[in-house]
This record gives sequence, C-alpha cells and structure tokens, in this order.
Amino acid sequence: MGRVFVAGAGFTKVAEHWDKSLEQLMAEAAVKAVDGAGISSVNSIYVGNALSEFLQEQSNLGAIIAEESGLVGAPAFRVEAAEASGAAALYAGFCEVASGMADAVLVVGGEKLSDGLAEEVSSGLMMGGRAWYEGFIGAEFYSLNALLYKLYARRFGDEGIPMFPVISHEHADGVSHAQYPFKLSLEKVLSSPFLAEPLRRLEVSGIGDGAAAVILVGEDLAAKLKSPKAQLYVSAATDYLSPFEREDPLRFQSVALAVSQVLDRAGVDRGEISFIELHDATSIMAALCLESSGFSPPGNAGKLAMKGEFELSGSLPCNTFGGLKARGHPLGATAIYQVAESYLQLTERAGRNQLDSPRAGLALSIGGVGAEAYASLLKRA
Amino acid sequence: MVKIDGIAIHGYGGYVPRYRIKAEEIGRIWGVSSSELPVREKAVAGIDEDAATMAVEAARIALRRAGIDPRRIGAIHVGSESKPYAVKPMGTIVAEAIGANPSKLAADLEFACKAGTEAILSILGLIQGGQIEYGLAIGADTAQGRPGDALEYTAASGAAAFLLGRMSDDAVAVIEAWSGYVTDTPDFWRRSFDRYPVHAARFTGAPAYFKHILGAVNSLLESDGYSTSDVDYFVFHQPNVKFPLTVAKILKIDRGKLAPGLLADKIGNTYSACSLLGLVSVLDQAQPDQRILLASYGSGAGSDALIIRVLDGILEKRDLAPKLREFIEDKIYIDYSTYLRLRKEILKG
Repeated sequence: MGRVFVAGAGFTKVAEHWDKSLEQLMAEAAVKAVDGAGISSVNSIYVGNALSEFLQEQSNLGAIIAEESGLVGAPAFRVEAAEASGAAALYAGFCEVASGMADAVLVVGGEKLSDGLAEEVSSGLMMGGRAWYEGFIGAEFYSLNALLYKLYARRFGDEGIPMFPVISHEHADGVSHAQYPFKLSLEKVLSSPFLAEPLRRLEVSGIGDGAAAVILVGEDLAAKLKSPKAQLYVSAATDYLSPFEREDPLRFQSVALAVSQVLDRAGVDRGEISFIELHDATSIMAALCLESSGFSPPGNAGKLAMKGEFELSGSLPCNTFGGLKARGHPLGATAIYQVAESYLQLTERAGRNQLDSPRAGLALSIGGVGAEAYASLLKRA
Repeated sequence: MVKIDGIAIHGYGGYVPRYRIKAEEIGRIWGVSSSELPVREKAVAGIDEDAATMAVEAARIALRRAGIDPRRIGAIHVGSESKPYAVKPMGTIVAEAIGANPSKLAADLEFACKAGTEAILSILGLIQGGQIEYGLAIGADTAQGRPGDALEYTAASGAAAFLLGRMSDDAVAVIEAWSGYVTDTPDFWRRSFDRYPVHAARFTGAPAYFKHILGAVNSLLESDGYSTSDVDYFVFHQPNVKFPLTVAKILKIDRGKLAPGLLADKIGNTYSACSLLGLVSVLDQAQPDQRILLASYGSGAGSDALIIRVLDGILEKRDLAPKLREFIEDKIYIDYSTYLRLRKEILKG
C-alpha cells in the first residue's frame, strides 16, 4: 500500500449561510484546497454529505461538485455515513490513492443544515439511528445521548463532563472559521436549560452550514509539490447501531477498534499523539470518545478535563480550533474540518492556536451514537 | 427616500385589549424556562373582540383627537393579517361604526406586520393626489400563534389608527419623508386556509428583519441628510424586545430614544398595529418640533421607514382622548386555560 499525504486544505466559515447553496459552499472549499495544493486537476472526487436528499431534495452530489468546482470529467462519488460522512469520503479517497489508482483526489465534505427547520434537522440526525426501533418510537439523537449520560453518571459520576464545551469554546475564541468564536464559562453551561435531562443545551453542538476539503496525493506527486504536506493514515469500524444493543453502552467498540488499528498502521503509540480532534457532538460523546479510544481510563475523562489536560497547553490538547461544539458541526463536513485543522497544526500554520511542534494528530469522527467510527491520523511529513 | 409635502396627522389613537397573559404562564405549560422568554407578557383580545372591533376602538379615539366631521373621511384602509372575514373588508365596518359612510374607499391591506404603515402610505398618496380630503389608516390584529410554537409567547392583539389630511395649523404632526425596502424573502407566512403561520426560525433575524429594517432606515437617513442625532425618538417593529434594541445598537442610537415607543415587553407583538402603537405611545409624550423615526417590518418581507415631526397641535389634541398608557395599565391577568378559551382554541362542547 502506497503512502498518502494531505497536500492542501480549504474550508468555509461555519455559519448560517443564508445566501449560499450547499453546492456553492462545497465548491468554495474545494477550489481553496486545489489552489492550496498547487495542482490544477484531480483523478477523482469524493463527496461527504449526510442529508442532502432530505434537506435540499438533491442527490447526485458527486457530479454536481465536479461541475461546480470546475473539475468536470473526473469521476466523482458521494459517500454517506451519517455524521461521519466526511470521514467515510476521506477513507474512500485514501484507498484510491493508496492503491496507486490515483495520484491526486479531492475529498470534500459539506452540509447545509439551515435549509431545514430545527425539527427537520433533528429528524435528519435520527436517520443515522435505526428508524424502525429508535426513530419511529420518538427517540432522537439527543435523547439517546441523555440516556448514555445518565448511565455514565450512575456508574462514574458526571464530574467534569460539562467542561468539554468550555474547552472547545476556549480554543475557538477568535478562530475566524468557527461558528461560535468566543469563550463560554462553566457557569453558563450549567445554567443553560436541559435539552434532554441531564444533557444541557450548551453541551451540544449547534446547527450550522459549512464545507471543508482536502487534497490527497500519492508519494510521487507529493515529492513534486511545493505545498506543505502531512502523511495520512485511516481506519474505520462499525458497531451495533443502538448503544443499548451493545455489551456495554458506555464503550464505543467502533472507536476502540478504529483507533487501535490506525495507531498500528501509523506505527505510533498513544503517547506519541500530540493532539486529538474529538467528536464532541455532545459533552458526553467527547468523554466516551476519549475513554473508548484508550486516552483516558473509563470514568476519568471529565476529571482530566477539569485538570486542564485537554487545553492547548495541556498534556493532550483536544479540539484545537473549537471542535464540533464551537467551530461547528455541519455533519458531512465535520470530519474534513478536523483533518484540515490537523493538517494546519502539523504544518505549523495554525496561527494563534499552533501547538508546539506537534508530531502526530488524531481526528475521530462518529456516525450515529457510535454506529461507526473513523480514525484519521496525520503525521508530520 | 421620498420627500412628502404637507401631509399631516390630525388625530391618532391606540387600543390594547384588557387581558394579559404572562409569557411565564405559557412557558409553564410547554416547559420553557423563564430565562428563554422573548417578552414579559402580551395582550389578548376578549371573547367578543376581533381585529375589526379593535380597529373601531382605535379609530374612534383618533377621530376624537382630530375633531373633524367623520363624513369628510374619504378612505379607510385597515392593515391586518387577522381579518374576521376572508372576503368582506374591515374598512367598511369601521366606516359604518364611526359614521364615515358612505366613504369613497374602504380597503384592507395585508403585509404581515407592516400592513399598518402600508395603510398610512396608501392614504397619504390619496390625499397628496387630491383624491380625498381626509383618510383613516389603521393597523389591527389579533395575531395567531400555534400552541407550543415560539410565536405563541408574543403574538398579541391591538390596534392603532391615524387620521391623515393636508397640513393645517392645529395638526398633530407632519410626515416629512419615507423610504421602503421590499424583497421576496419568505421568513414567515400563512397559506390560505391555514390557521397558524409558519416561520423559518432564525432566518427571520439577519436576512429578514435586520436586513429590511436597516435597508429602509439607512436609505431614509443617508439620502436626505438626516442623521440619527436629528431624531428624538425611534420606533422599530418589535417582534420581541431584543430585535429593536439590536437595531439601536447597530445604528448607535441611545436606548433612551427607543424606550418611549418600546412596548413589546408589556403587550407583545401586535403585528400590523405593532410599530404604530409604538408611534402612538411616543406621540402621547413628545414635544412640538421633535422628530420621530418609525420603521415597520413585515415578513415576506419589507420595511417602511417614516420621519415624522411633531407640531404644536399635539399639546391640545393629545388630552382629548385616553392615552395608550391607560389601556396598557388597565389589565386583567389570565391563565393559560382562559387564554385558550379567548383564542377559541377550545370550544364549548
């Protein structure tokens, strides 16, 4: 298997983009990534998106993005894996480059949630669960998270879990592409109303629009390009869709498997990971991510968060540009934002958020409530 | 921006029904915490009131202040989105009730919350064109909010009326200029035969309310050399308390200039009557030569901004009829069940 590099990245601000379509957002990110890599064409295009049929009544995004990005002719594929659609597209793009079939692929993730009302977005999110015995009985993404939160609190206590949104906001402060580029105090989080008890409104990511893109290239092309590069490794795993069908609902086996495998593939130990981009769609998801992937003992993530371990100056910085909570979570785009931000960190272009010489970063993307997990690892080239 | 020559307000009147429901009481039913509420309380029409009866109340007050023979009123235009009849104008009901019939024209206008200023502008045009001597412009609504919807906290009832005519020595105020800003922006709508409106949540903010109000106000200020310091009072459409305050912040206007016309916290959003009641409230206390900037907003979407200068006639005329404050302070609190009955959400079996 050939080596694969990220050689360019581009993204839009996460916001309510009332004046731009889903296609325009994705094309904007795609063109920035192509320009950033210093190339003029790609062999293939992979598009990550979760809900365009539902919210935009539009399918066939592959060909549409090829046209909108000025790359007509290239084969293009739309990849869907609920909230992890972007990571799934990245995985597919990686495989094509690693196999040697392509020298350069464009991976673009995009979502425009503001085309739907909040209720519709909520229904859309629940399409990532089992319609027949979760969605149809009225369960939805946040109520399932609330159940996990309750179970967690009963087993371990909930100390420090509400710190995760505080950390994400701290890191998003002043970040120009973040949806919520400001600090948030723990008091504010704790005084926000319950969305589904014990999950509070400020413990969940908001509704936003955005698109992000990366260019993946093989070793030969990487050697010719002048743009900064980081080496990419990917892995993925699935689990039973409902967390309550699993042996332990508080252990995301998909995350555990994907992370061990990507560390193996990259030949990196957990101790060598400089930072993690977590899937903090909710505060409890952030904690379960860290614990399932072996970066925190079970029941300890909140306590480590309180100690400052996950801050930019901590032992394991998390969500260096604000994560899903503060940078924003436009579903299919989210994983590509994570990878693009990791790429900026590893190529020393993260500006005020730059970590001190990071060697390797891990981006975790989760579909549903742990139904699938994608681990993308970037290493300094 | 259009300069207007010599069209004056001769009488004005505001009416707010007596019943109030606290937003907290609505929140109690739907499990919404008090920190989340857009206003403190809103006015609710009584069981025997509708937009037409309230329009009549406001018109009678305006007529008392104007002190003219109602038979000289040539046109009555009523702006509303809660017409009691789908077909049959409210203008004729008002005309009959105040003794203006047979008037030459009677019509109802609809443009979500800005139909009231539309009525003012259409009457103004008729007077300016020499078609009528006096005209009555009214905004009246018993606004609908689906139970449990965000609109339920604010959708309120009220009416305001303005009797317009050519300039005279005893006029209350003169309309100096106006500017309109309209685009096809569907942020809120109610289709024919539907009982409740739908809205596109936050889309009603930046691309709708703020864009249109600022569009109309800025064009009024910029194109004719008015500056915010030339204006003593500002009245912006108030679907909640936050939106008009945000406009003031953007335009760097002192909150004190907004307060006299800011009623949303006390009566809610009275839709077509909303910004007009703000103007009534300001006229109840303004002094001659002071300037008022009024900007309505109607979903769909558009804003009319008007500059009004108060005249000497205000001093004598405003005491000829009850002031708006008296209606606002005369209130009876109701619980949610009574509210449902008054809104005809529950009917006798």
